[in-house]
Formats: sequence, structure tokens, C-alpha cells
Amino acid sequence: MADIIKKATREAYGEFLVEAGAKRPDLIVMDADLSGSTKTGMFAKVYPERFVQSGIAEQDMIAEAAGIALSGHVVCASSFAMFAAGRPYEIIRNSVGYTNANVKICATHAGITVGEDGASHQTFEDIALMREIPGMQVICPADAVSAKILLWQIIEENGPAYVRLGRSAVPVLYIEGSMQAESIQIGKANVLREGTDATVIATGIMVPEAVKAALALAEEGISVRVLDMHTIKPIDADAVIAAARETGRIVTAEEHSVIGGLGSAVAEVVVQNCPVRMAMVGQADTFGESGKPAELLEKYGMTADDIVKAVKGLLV
Amino acid sequence: MTNYNREELEKRAQDIRINALKAIHAAGSGHPGGSLSCADILTALYFEIMNVDPADPAMAGRDKVVLSKGHAAPALYAALAERGFFDAEEMMSLRKLGSPFQGHPNMHRVPGVEMSTGSLGQGFSAAVGMATVGKIDRNPGRVFVLTGDGELQEGIVWEAAMSAGHRGLDNFFVFVDLNGLQIDGRVNDVKSIHSVCGKFEAFGFETECIDGHNFEEILGAYEKLNKPNRKPKAIICRTHKGQGVSFMTDQAGWHGKAPNDEQFEQALRDLEAGIGAYEPPKGCHPLPTDKTFCGKTIEPEQAKGGAE
Repeated sequence: MADIIKKATREAYGEFLVEAGAKRPDLIVMDADLSGSTKTGMFAKVYPERFVQSGIAEQDMIAEAAGIALSGHVVCASSFAMFAAGRPYEIIRNSVGYTNANVKICATHAGITVGEDGASHQTFEDIALMREIPGMQVICPADAVSAKILLWQIIEENGPAYVRLGRSAVPVLYIEGSMQAESIQIGKANVLREGTDATVIATGIMVPEAVKAALALAEEGISVRVLDMHTIKPIDADAVIAAARETGRIVTAEEHSVIGGLGSAVAEVVVQNCPVRMAMVGQADTFGESGKPAELLEKYGMTADDIVKAVKGLLV
Repeated sequence: MTNYNREELEKRAQDIRINALKAIHAAGSGHPGGSLSCADILTALYFEIMNVDPADPAMAGRDKVVLSKGHAAPALYAALAERGFFDAEEMMSLRKLGSPFQGHPNMHRVPGVEMSTGSLGQGFSAAVGMATVGKIDRNPGRVFVLTGDGELQEGIVWEAAMSAGHRGLDNFFVFVDLNGLQIDGRVNDVKSIHSVCGKFEAFGFETECIDGHNFEEILGAYEKLNKPNRKPKAIICRTHKGQGVSFMTDQAGWHGKAPNDEQFEQALRDLEAGIGAYEPPKGCHPLPTDKTFCGKTIEPEQAKGGAE
């Protein structure tokens, strides 16, 4: 990985909104006073008449988004994950989920890589919260390229979705126009690497870490399959079952609590279809703290090294 | 004021009350108190104020009402039936398994219901969203939200009110069914909402405070406020919970329980006898329409003093 280009998924989101604004005149974008950070401001600059500013009132933003969507629009509503998914949870459930409103909650600054802002802003619960809601799709892109591809797909579908985006610049994994990028499809895990001894199922920023871990393990003669599980709901059960059957061991990796997130979603499929040993890499049942993103990932156990250890743990 | 037939409206309001109560009685559960208190407001909306078409519930450019106090669903269903969206007999399946007439309104199952509500405050905010996008789309339809006074304790109401005021949504009308009671007792004992007009005015609304059982006042307030002046409107309607039924009037205990057979028969007798001339029993609060009383709990003694 000599020339790693880095870009935050929220940057890709801002670019996507500007492009989508031209193609979709029914697109309304909402924000709650964080348009500079979430990148919705890029849309607001070009399409001010279709940008609805809620001020610091995320609950109102979400219920209003439902009202707007149910009037015949598609809405992308953004804030930090803590305030886009956590604070208005019940409003998402009742006004967006229950009404099947065409609202895409595009939450940025998810996970521990918010960094210095500390525990109050570090969201580890959003995937769990969102995937409980009937009809809600949950997407967590690995990089800027796949984020854009997935956003285009999600906006073409009618109904609620939660898209989890990050603050920090992360390695660009997919090459635009490549076969691997072209094969990205909501609800389908992307096989980034074949393997026979174990499978690492990763989502979001843990996907490049999973690839790194697989490379390191390969040097020790351990063959690891890597899946980019960008869609946590609906989960690609076929890919999970195939991984269990063909590799016999599964490690999940996410920048989210190990309770209720990707690990749980995978385990739900595994135990009902093809029980195998699993290990989960993610935030333990604890809050975070202030620090640099890389320091925090290391301290809280969400790095390629942690994935390597987890795989080896299953091989013993 | 435009011509309207007061007797006809009173008859329709009575039908709405009777059908709401029938459905609640048949269901064996539901919310009679708040359904009866807002029946006159819904009658005025569906028969005098709003542009809707029962033959085309999704008509472009229609006016919308969002029942933010979703527990008054029986009154909404009965109003829609009265307006011709469906037969009133259909709503007698209220709250039963498989019925489209859910305990709280589901917009996808009953024609004419504009928003699924039940979780308080959210309908108010969703309605602001509808009015906001109505301006963006240059849609002539207005948005009317019917909220309870207890519901005003929900923070999201004021987040949304601030949005409506800031954006100058003169296509947004709030009707507050201010019956003074909530589940745990009198609103101002549970948590004071004093000066409702003052609160809305502070958020940029134009307001009127009226007797919510008097069509002259409801329609008068609407006509007075209905102008494009970049200000959202709030009509604070003083009402009696359980209006029309003697033993339910002003009784918090009738917020969320169905009448038994005997009570139901008595309620029907009250409603039929009281059409257009219902007098709340002694001890009920009066309905002051002075803005200084807006949102206050008025004791019967005070009423006497005020009247003399």
C-alpha cells in the first residue's frame, strides 16, 4: 500500500449531494447547524432553495423530514451520528420508520474516530438502534468511492435508510470504475479477498484494517477471506452462510459496539444456519474518551492487529 | 364572515361525537375525553375551512390536517366518515385485529389520514415539514395541525414552532384543543403551560383565543388570521374534555377509557339531547376567551366572580 490516498466518507457525501441535486429535483437536504461538518453545506451553496436548516433541533429535523418526504420528496437529513440517530431515535422509529417515509438519515462523525471531541460525541450504538426499525436499511461504507456508489443506489430506492459516515480521512480502497467498485450492490457483501481458514466480515473504516490483517496473516500462511459488509441491513445472509461453511471461522470488525451491531447481525445469521466459532472486534461495552483517532482505535482495540489476534484466537 | 349553517355544523359535530363514542364503546378501549373536546374543531375544518376531496384523498394542492394528538383518532375517523371518505360503519372495527382503524392513526391504512401519529409532538413537527415543503413547491395547500394542550409539554412542539416562525409559514395553522386536562390531572397541576398565546406569539405566530365549541368563534378566528403575511397562525381553542356527555365533561378520568353499556346509553342520550345547546354540568370550568386567561386553569369560583 505505497500510495494510499485518503478521503473522508463525509466528503464523498457532500460531492454526491451536489451531483444528486442536479439529477433529482425532488431532493431536499436538511441539517441541524452542522452543515460545514456534515458537508451538506456543499449542497446548500448550489441549491439554497432546497436546503432546509433546522437549527440545533435534531428531533424537529427528523419529524419535519418525514413530513417533507411524505409530501413527495426524497430527503437527506444530516447531523453527527449521536444527534442524527441517538437523540431522535423514537422519532425516526415512529415518524420515519412506521410511515415508511423516504428519508435518508446520513449521519457523519460516527464511531470513535470523532476523536478529540470525546465520549459525548462518539457513537457506538447507532447501527444497533437503526437496524431494529422495520424497513430501515443500514449502510456503512468503507471508503469515499463506495460511499458515493452506495448513496446513488440508496437514493434510487423508496423508503427509509440510515447511512453511516465518518469524520476522518480514511484510505480509498476501491478504484473508481474498477470491477470491484462496479460490483458494489446494496445488500450484497463485497468479497475483497478469497481465503479458506477464516473470514473477516468488516464494515466501514474497519474494512481496510481487515485487508491489512489478511495480508499480515497471509505472510504467516493463514488464508483469510475478507468481506466488505457495507450493508448491515438487509444483511447478506448467503455470504455469511458461505463464509461459515467454507472457512469455518468468522471474525467481525466494526467501529461500533460489539453489542447489537455488525457482529450481532452476523451472529444472528450464523447461529440459525451454520453455527461456527466467531470473534467480534469492536468497541467493548464502554464509553470512549478524547484523543487522536489513531490513538483511540489502538487503545479501544479496533486495528488490523486486533483483527489478526482475533483470527489467531479462533485457530487455536 | 362567509355564510355557514350553524345548525348543520352542530348536527355534524354531534354525528362525529356519536360515531367516535360508538367505535370506542365497540372497541372496549380508546380515548373519549379528547375525542369529544376536538369534535367541533374538526367539524369546522372539514366542512368550512379545508379544501379536500373525499373522492380523491391524494388530490394535488389539497389542504391537510395532521392530528398530532393522535389518541383522538376516533374523532378524526368520524370526521372523515362524516365528510364522505368512507362509511361510518367501517370505523366500528376500531382497535380490532386486522382493522385499518388503528388505535392511533395510520396514514397508509385510512384514506384522508395525512400522517401516522400517536407519539405526541411529532405530528406537529411533521406538519411544519409539510408546510415548509409546500412553500418550496409553491403548493397552494395549507397545513392544519390539531394539538392538545398537554401535548404542548413536548419539547419538539416548540422546536417546530420556532422553525415555523423563522420561516414565516403563513400556510401553517395550529389549532390547540385546550381542554385543560391530561392523564395525570389538570395540565397546570402536572406542568404549567400558562400563556399559550404568549408562547406562540413569542415564536412569531399570530394568535386568537376562542371558545372551541362555538362555530362562530372558530370560523371567525380562522378568517381573521387567514392572510398571507409570513406569519404562522395559532388558534387556541378553550374546550371541555368530554364535551357533550354530562358525566365525562372536564373529567381527566375519561381520558383513556371506554364507557360500559350503561354509560354508553347515557352518553348517547346526552349527545342527542344536547345538540347545539349542551350545558356543561355545574362545577365545570367556563371557557374564557380572553388571552390573559389563555392556558390558565380557571376555577369555577373565578368564573362566577368574573361573570358578576
